[in-house]
Amino acid sequence: MAEIVIRNLRKEFGAFTAVQGSSFTIADGEFFMLLGPSGCGKTTTLRMIAGLELPTSGEILIDGEDVSQRPASQRDIAMVFQMFALYPHMTVRRNISYPLVSQGLPRAQVQAKVAEVARILGISDILDKSVGGLSGGDRQRVALGRAIVRNPKAFMMDEPLGALDAEFREHMAEELRALHDRMRATTVYVTHDQLEAMQMGDKIVVMNHGVVEQFGTPQQIYDHPASLFVADFIGSPAMNFLAFHGAVQAGETEVDLGGVRLALPEVQEAASPRDLVLGVRPEHVTLSDSAPYRGRILASEYLGTTQIITLDCPHGRVKARAPSGQGVRSGETVGLSFRAETLALFDAASGRALRTAANRGVHHG
Amino acid sequence: MSAHSVTEPTRLSKSIAAVLVAVYALITLLPLLWIISTGFKSGPDSISYPPKVVFAPSLEGYVNLFTTRTRIGAEQFAALPPPETWYDRIVRQSGTVIAGQSRFGERFLNSVIIGFGSTFLSIFLGTLAAYAFSRFRVPLKDDLLFFILSTRMMPPIAVAIPIYLMYRELGLSDTHLGMILLYTAVNISLAVWLLKGFIDEIPREYEEAALIDGYTRFQAFRKVVLPQAATGIASTAIFCLIFAWNEYAFAVLLTSGNAQTAPPFIPTIIGVGGQDWPAVAAGATLFLLPVMIFTILLRKHLLRGITFGAVRK
Repeated sequence: MAEIVIRNLRKEFGAFTAVQGSSFTIADGEFFMLLGPSGCGKTTTLRMIAGLELPTSGEILIDGEDVSQRPASQRDIAMVFQMFALYPHMTVRRNISYPLVSQGLPRAQVQAKVAEVARILGISDILDKSVGGLSGGDRQRVALGRAIVRNPKAFMMDEPLGALDAEFREHMAEELRALHDRMRATTVYVTHDQLEAMQMGDKIVVMNHGVVEQFGTPQQIYDHPASLFVADFIGSPAMNFLAFHGAVQAGETEVDLGGVRLALPEVQEAASPRDLVLGVRPEHVTLSDSAPYRGRILASEYLGTTQIITLDCPHGRVKARAPSGQGVRSGETVGLSFRAETLALFDAASGRALRTAANRGVHHG
Repeated sequence: MSAHSVTEPTRLSKSIAAVLVAVYALITLLPLLWIISTGFKSGPDSISYPPKVVFAPSLEGYVNLFTTRTRIGAEQFAALPPPETWYDRIVRQSGTVIAGQSRFGERFLNSVIIGFGSTFLSIFLGTLAAYAFSRFRVPLKDDLLFFILSTRMMPPIAVAIPIYLMYRELGLSDTHLGMILLYTAVNISLAVWLLKGFIDEIPREYEEAALIDGYTRFQAFRKVVLPQAATGIASTAIFCLIFAWNEYAFAVLLTSGNAQTAPPFIPTIIGVGGQDWPAVAAGATLFLLPVMIFTILLRKHLLRGITFGAVRK
């Protein structure tokens, strides 16, 4: 198992820059998520770590060794592909044993290892089947088996749950995480599904347009997004944005939204008058008649234990998550109060979160 | 199902389809059946009018195909010892004796060497080129592919004279190597284009998985890509073989003694006293067999190859 260090990694395809200057560290044994919308460079980053693409510049250190210009076969990593990429002309057993055969391991040892892996994954009974007729879940397990059989330095997973149906996905996600906890193998996992990333990851890198937007634990990323993009991408529904024009001084603990003063964590950098955005998560919005900041209820969506109430406010639409028992009527004007310590302040032009007492220590890309 | 569905054909339409297929098969197969049956006719039966559909089968055509015969004087003929073999007997019936072996066997062997040799070479080079075009960032890829295809845009025989002169200069005229190279040159564009299509359809992930599993690029190609491209390779091979096997014009022009293939040879089979139609038909029948066997062996692949990509598995 190994630590993976990425330094100023960059990949250009002709005139197109897929990844520009990423840097982050994946600790030994970590379950690490590369998260972002399609085309953000996450898969390219993964493929560069795996050795399927060579970086234009930058370094990839696996276990302290610079492998950035080495072919995949010499990096000692394993990969699970989105479509599994099981060798279609081989049985399950041969698929799983294939990485060992390339190492020239004796037959008896190969068989023993395959049997062990099959037992761990619960696929001993299908070892001699051809991979063609397997269900999605079994294919997934075989692909995992092929990856873990070799005890590689790290695992790369490219949206491995993407090809499964929703119901089974949940189950496989748990299984994967359990497997990881048992093996403690460094795992790099690409996904566009923020829930999956939050649910499974120890650390998350959020990428957009080839740039690392934020790097941190799921909680840091959810609670203290480093940019408007991250705030919008993570969370369902996304963070609410209240756009306003104003200036802030270091040390301020309030902002002025159309005459209403709203408390927020102590601002630690000054911003001259400009377009700013106040961010608040739906669950930190409460409807209260006494609150001075007003909004008109447009609609509510019932979600079982909670409901999402959409309100029209002077600085934009706001979604609030409220207990489903709370009665609301469309068209009614109500007061909104925000939990001050959770608010974030962004510079609208650059999209960057301003430094406050709350988000100190958050890593920008 | 109680009522028949919309997509399920009715019995009537099924029977109509069956009749149409049968009629079409008969029309296309008739000339072939005629050739095969003529091969088993005696000389007079083969040119009788009206044509004989029912006849006494004879191996005369096949014996004539493989032998040269001569007519000898009646006295000498009468003085001959009784025929020793069944083919001696057949030849004697028409008042001739065997003078020696014909060159058909040799020509047939030439066809096999040249046909299969050029097919193998076309497939070998075509697969490698197609893989490179499919997987790597080759500079000027589209132009190169167009250039390769453009070699098929004129009839190959249009360059017959330059090739004839070139071959004479290079000492390739009337050699097996020369014909193999020539047919390969003609077939390779077809092979590259067909095979590139097949290889494009194989997801890259399979090779990438092999690369990550510790195999080199070439090992991944050989052990993962090739087995999956087998269908495409088989159907491409059939097309290449059919071309090389049947090619006539270059064979007439460039071969005579040493490397002549069967197609220019068969029409020159002349019997004693006129064209020996049963022998010609026998030659044509034998000539059909290798391609027929090859196609039957690979027909599963061929069918899948032709409909390849039509249905996503």
